[in-house]
Amino acid sequence: MSMSQSYDRGLIEDFGRWREFSAGMWAWIFHKFTGWVLVGYLFTHVAVLSTALTSASADPATVAANQDLYTQTIRTLESLLVVRVLEVGLLAVAVFHILNGTRLLLVDLGIGLESQDRSFYASLILTGAIVVASVPTFLAGVSL
Amino acid sequence: MAEHYSSFRAGGRLWLWQRITAAFLIVVLAFHFFLLHFVHHADEVTFLMSANRMETWSYYSLMVLFLVTATFHGVNGVYNALINVGLSGTKRQVVKGVLVVASLLLLVQGFRTANAWAGIDLLPIL
Repeated sequence: MSMSQSYDRGLIEDFGRWREFSAGMWAWIFHKFTGWVLVGYLFTHVAVLSTALTSASADPATVAANQDLYTQTIRTLESLLVVRVLEVGLLAVAVFHILNGTRLLLVDLGIGLESQDRSFYASLILTGAIVVASVPTFLAGVSL
Repeated sequence: MAEHYSSFRAGGRLWLWQRITAAFLIVVLAFHFFLLHFVHHADEVTFLMSANRMETWSYYSLMVLFLVTATFHGVNGVYNALINVGLSGTKRQVVKGVLVVASLLLLVQGFRTANAWAGIDLLPIL
């Protein structure tokens, strides 16, 4: 297929057709879903980190004793198992978006166009492997 | 090319910037996760340690660039996704305005937070 030809992949937004979806369409859907999660997290993340504004003007002794709002907020969140599990989910989402995004950049450059199905499956498998390997680190020190 | 399906105008400036920021974010997002979950641990975070990192100019400028590129890439991605599902006309203009305002608020808040760690007082409100 030359660059000037179009590829009619039908309406991906019609999820009723999911049984007909090819690997490339699943990659597109997963990339979009993980993108929504990441941009949602970005806004939440900056909001939580903003507690540092209060800590910056807090009494230095309070900050030195790690009793300031930022330190306490992060530590409280990290003490919750549900937050740790959500962080593993965030890692999965970020790793897939990074690997599939790399694949998309390469395809945009005309590299690997012929093996784009296989590189999508490779992205999924590598994401799974990295996430599984990271679980011990992400759950370290949390009480069940 | 009239039938070519893309969420972007081929060769458009936003199309190119979405990819330039992607290439940067691939590296910096991976670094961010690695540094804050594997080198340091999320449950050991303290204000002083975060401040120590942010007082280094190289780290501070990398994080500010991270904020700017992530905001652009994320919000432009949302805009493209909405255009893909048929957003057009006045609605498209309104959504664009809302996204630009949301981006600016995020940038200002992120910048203020980075400055709080770095001990930089630019303006009384920043």
